[in-house]
Amino acid sequence: MVEAYRPSSLEEALKIRADKGALPFAGGTDLMVKYRYESGAVPEYPAPVIFLTHLEEIRKIYSQDGELHLGAGTSLAELMSHSEVPELLKEAVRTIAAPGLRNTATLAGNICNASPAADGVCALYALDSRVKLSSPRSSRELAIYEFITGPGKTELREDELLTEIIIPRDRSTTRLFRKVGTRKANALSKLSIAAAARLSGERVDEVRIALGAVAPTVLRSVELEKQIQGLSRAELSERLEHFVQSYEAMVQPIDDQRSTAVYRKKVAVNLLRQFLTSIAA
Amino acid sequence: MTKITFSVNGESRTIETDPLRRLLDVLREDLGLTGVKEGCAEGECGACSVIKDGLLVNSCMVPIGTCEGARIVTPEGLRETDRGRTIIDAYADSGAVQCGFCTPGMMMATEALLEKNSQPSEAEAREALSGNLCRCTGYDMIVEGVLKAAERGKGLW
Repeated sequence: MVEAYRPSSLEEALKIRADKGALPFAGGTDLMVKYRYESGAVPEYPAPVIFLTHLEEIRKIYSQDGELHLGAGTSLAELMSHSEVPELLKEAVRTIAAPGLRNTATLAGNICNASPAADGVCALYALDSRVKLSSPRSSRELAIYEFITGPGKTELREDELLTEIIIPRDRSTTRLFRKVGTRKANALSKLSIAAAARLSGERVDEVRIALGAVAPTVLRSVELEKQIQGLSRAELSERLEHFVQSYEAMVQPIDDQRSTAVYRKKVAVNLLRQFLTSIAA
Repeated sequence: MTKITFSVNGESRTIETDPLRRLLDVLREDLGLTGVKEGCAEGECGACSVIKDGLLVNSCMVPIGTCEGARIVTPEGLRETDRGRTIIDAYADSGAVQCGFCTPGMMMATEALLEKNSQPSEAEAREALSGNLCRCTGYDMIVEGVLKAAERGKGLW
């Protein structure tokens, strides 16, 4: 039987995390499944557990210097009903699980679980988000793509907790979020796309495209985006198939119980083409 | 072992237990509230739905250690209220109950919906029940039951 801690402050939580190597427990909706044992039995956690979502310090949502800060303890349902949360993220969160789980689960947990099929994470890539990681002595920020390094793998150190998600203001004028799954509620993604672009007149000023569940981490190519940015809509239209093919070369999905590599690649590329076509002339 | 005090159906309860046990097991085994069902045990089916601090949750996904000071409502609590009786009658009159295993969870999801939105559309009712699986009815009769409860229960929510 492992210990469970319910600290009364973030400071105390960070100390427990550092001293005991305890497992951060936010909504718990992934951990309770991952470590569940027989019916009626206590889940078999590999380490002591720290409950976190009751901590006031990480329950805030606030804006600062044009960026939105989401406390790691806020639930998915709380994000969905907050006026300043970007629409692209709300659309993604709306496709996660079902109302009861969204009342419990957190976006911070969605990030730390580091599944390439995490719908919330796909939107966070397209929104240029960062995470704040705190330890008893210091804190640091990493871009979401730096933090997540592979399926189930992150840069979280053994004395750190993810305390905030930071999202720059989204000034996009065109957006697309699509999750492809077996059914609307509760299904995990076969694949997903989160994309945003800012058009000014006939020019594409900015574009950000993230594809979920088609590679070991969410896929985003800043390099290709740079090639698209600054083009006129007519130029994008002319070179559209070139860009689609460049993305297609990067999409390397796998076969698993939810879908096949062939299906994932085909549909991901079709959705990407649909988005690029919507911003081209 | 940790001492945890929380309220269940309006009554204060204090128990001493492993804080990592599931709320589902504490309700069923320690408090005898077997209206809360265990279906999938992974948050997918909604049979274990309860209302915690006003919000619908899957009790199989909640460690009891996070319930200190919480207010829990189970199907046993809901059925003793005018709202609960309205939902039960509307379900019965709609043929919304076949084997009945999902029904307590469906009722909790219905209560959580009507608490927020007393006159839901059919689409809103379906979304509100989307985390509750029924393998008998095909859902149409349950959705009818929700809408009938909303119509008959005007003023209750």
